Amino acid sequence: MTWPMVKAEGVHKRFGRLEVLKGITLELQAGEVMCLLGPSGSGKSTFLRCINHLEKINAGRLSVDGELVGYRQVGEKLHELREGEVARKRAEIGMVFQHFNLFGHMTALENVTCAPIRVKKEPRERARARASELLGRVGLADKLEAYPAQLSGGQQQRVAIARALAMEPKLMLFDEPTSALDPELVGDVLEAMRQLARAGMTMLVVTHEMGFAREAADTVVFMDEGVVVEAGRPADVLASPRQERTRAFLSKVL
Amino acid sequence: MADPGAADRLAPAGRPDEIRAIPVRRPGRWVAAALILLLAASLIHSVATNKQLEWHVVGQFLFDHRILSGVFMTLELTVSAMAMGVILGVVLAVMRLSPNPLVSGTSWLYIWFFRATPVLVQLLFWYNIAAIYPSISLGIPFVGVEFVHGSANTVVTTYVAALLGLGLNEGAYMAEIVRAGIISVGEGQTDAALSLGLSRLQIMRTIVLPQAMRVIIPPTGNETISMLKTSSLASVITLTELLLASENIYAVNFKPIQLLIVASIWYAAMTSVLYVGQYYLERYYARGATRELALTPLQRIRSGLFSLERHEWS
Repeated sequence: MTWPMVKAEGVHKRFGRLEVLKGITLELQAGEVMCLLGPSGSGKSTFLRCINHLEKINAGRLSVDGELVGYRQVGEKLHELREGEVARKRAEIGMVFQHFNLFGHMTALENVTCAPIRVKKEPRERARARASELLGRVGLADKLEAYPAQLSGGQQQRVAIARALAMEPKLMLFDEPTSALDPELVGDVLEAMRQLARAGMTMLVVTHEMGFAREAADTVVFMDEGVVVEAGRPADVLASPRQERTRAFLSKVL
Repeated sequence: MADPGAADRLAPAGRPDEIRAIPVRRPGRWVAAALILLLAASLIHSVATNKQLEWHVVGQFLFDHRILSGVFMTLELTVSAMAMGVILGVVLAVMRLSPNPLVSGTSWLYIWFFRATPVLVQLLFWYNIAAIYPSISLGIPFVGVEFVHGSANTVVTTYVAALLGLGLNEGAYMAEIVRAGIISVGEGQTDAALSLGLSRLQIMRTIVLPQAMRVIIPPTGNETISMLKTSSLASVITLTELLLASENIYAVNFKPIQLLIVASIWYAAMTSVLYVGQYYLERYYARGATRELALTPLQRIRSGLFSLERHEWS
């Protein structure tokens, strides 16, 4: 039996009284790339953070690889998972942030080896060898000993991608990975992501890069005000949107 | 108009000339310098020529063995009380930020209590603890299991009383410093570490605290320097540290000023050493935070010497 990598059914999320997600339902199959589009404040990033339980959902069901996120179902009742169990599941999901969030006191190499050594208890030498290989693959073979402050935004984001990949995740979440970058640095990061997509990684990408969505995504999902307005193949949604709201948004960003 | 060089001057072929303007004259500086020199000279003159000061007495006692053992006691007390304060501070700060209200409440109460009472009162309290708890034991309460047992007067020596008074109090102040450091590390760092599967404890130890150090070190240096001198309060509970050692001597020879100068010289010397230590600690924790570390004074002198040599050769 196979199940989708990510399955959301009526996912709701409130911050205090503000309802950010008002019933998100979608499925992402293993090996596929999905792009989440939409205006800021539409709940895209929040949804992404729910998937690895950085945020708790208030209603609905959310599962990754056939297992509920953050809970265990026994009969009718949901039991909260222990912190250790949540951490173990997070370790299987890579996440790349808008502001990179590299560990400032560690070199590029240390950033990448940190989790494999501490979480997976990988031998130091093996972790270092794999990290240099990963950093080489994103074009940073000569920056292993550089601290984040000595790297450009684009280089930092590629270190962040390598750091997430070092945990050999089954799913990668990208939260506006190019939004904080100078226009001329965006290309390198997108290229690294395209490579990853070609290698068959399951990816969920919140982005404003329509070009990337068009060529790399299997599905694009347009969100607004906490609901999915429209979803489909990029050629359909981007070229001939059925909803008025989607059309209005695309006319401004394309 | 017919000047043939004019065109060249307007449109120089290469780099324009360096600006060599005549600097603004600042007569105020000269006046201020003269005044300060005059004041300093008269102060030095009065101190140097004052027969009552008896500088030879200062020299005579500066390396007296009683003073030196006072210096060691002061250092020992400062180091141990600060160590206690830092460890307590980290624990209390982490507790304070815990989501468990009982844990954070306990930490809040501790910090409130020790900041709400004077440290001198706390010292006197620990010194007199035997009055309310004549015997002290370490064990499991209410079931009668005891590991250590002794009379309060043998367990809480003068040194232990001073250490408890200064260390427990310092813990409360360090807790606030450490908490400020922890808060200063962005939430994104925790998000990233969580998403990699690190546990809360691992995140605190390997991600947050090392980066918080940059904010924690300067005020901690300040606390250490302050502790060096606050430790002189322990003289009140008869711990023979630097101040009491000096007092004991002038109680006999009636030269209080000279011996207080001796003590002050030692306090100033120890403080200066701490300055250097703090500089290098800050530098160590600044790695990764600045693109280029500034040279240390030693490195600057060395590179200065090299560049001088190079000038001579060229």
